[in-house]
Amino acid sequence: MPSVGLVNDDAPRPIKIVLNWGRRYSLWVFNFGLACCAIEFIAASMARHDFIRLGVIPFAPGPRQADLMVVSGTVSDKMAAAIRRLYDQMPEPKYVISFGSCANSGGPYWDSYCVTKGVDQLIPVDVYVPGCPPRPEALLQGIIRLQEKIASESLSTKAIRAKYAGSRHAAAGEVTRPLLTKPQLTASQAGDQS
Amino acid sequence: MRRGPLVRLSRVSPYLTVGGVVLAGVILFVAAMGVRLILAPRAPTAAKLTTYECGVDPVGEGWAQTNVRYFLYAFLYVVFAVDAVYLFPWATVIRSSELGLASLVEMGIFLGVVLVGLAHAARRGLLRWV
Repeated sequence: MPSVGLVNDDAPRPIKIVLNWGRRYSLWVFNFGLACCAIEFIAASMARHDFIRLGVIPFAPGPRQADLMVVSGTVSDKMAAAIRRLYDQMPEPKYVISFGSCANSGGPYWDSYCVTKGVDQLIPVDVYVPGCPPRPEALLQGIIRLQEKIASESLSTKAIRAKYAGSRHAAAGEVTRPLLTKPQLTASQAGDQS
Repeated sequence: MRRGPLVRLSRVSPYLTVGGVVLAGVILFVAAMGVRLILAPRAPTAAKLTTYECGVDPVGEGWAQTNVRYFLYAFLYVVFAVDAVYLFPWATVIRSSELGLASLVEMGIFLGVVLVGLAHAARRGLLRWV
């Protein structure tokens, strides 16, 4: 059962303020760079618009070492499964920034045959950064907005159980795949098999 | 004038110091894991526990074999690093009257054996820059 540690659940407000402060200034970002917005993300990580000064360390080696996922670029239907799986593999507490209009809502490809119109169809998004592509300063503002959001949040067991309630812990394939059964072979078919 | 705590510290057995360092390490580990236990949120869903393979279902086994030629790195490591570990404590006793000469002879034998291995590596051309 999903749960949060005792201190986080029953802590008095000052402790929660300190814990939120630690959590929001030590984000390690798993950059999910898919298209042109990835270039703007990389520009935001470089010297001119540095986001390391906000505490966000770039380029986590994998989802297991990250707590912030920045989906930057167009989400094609083929990539949607990978995004969902990687989000699932991130440890709690995790945050998502949707960067650019393609990740927000499909953007210029709103009518395409193979684009997922918005990454929030797959994963819960905390901050949307609009633009095509957004300037690196917009990403900095998005990160600051996320940090304000984390400052005012309060982790609790009730909230984390609500997040994983019902079938939300699985992608569609994992829910439906066990429902398939192998077809029963008739005697003649079984004879052909051996 | 009393020379107080400084003198007392030098009389403390060195084993006690080592024990203190080990205890500090254990306390650090227990504190870190304990803080994690009481603070961390956890939600071990089935998808979260799958092996990471860039977002797709993992295929094949997790076992990968390295080529046996890399044993040479282990060999050179033994020659240089493991024998250095034995040289450091020898340096503390070489000047003592009862152990000095005996330890010199013993270490000479030990270093001779190690040097045979090093000479073999040199003859095989393993010490040339790759």
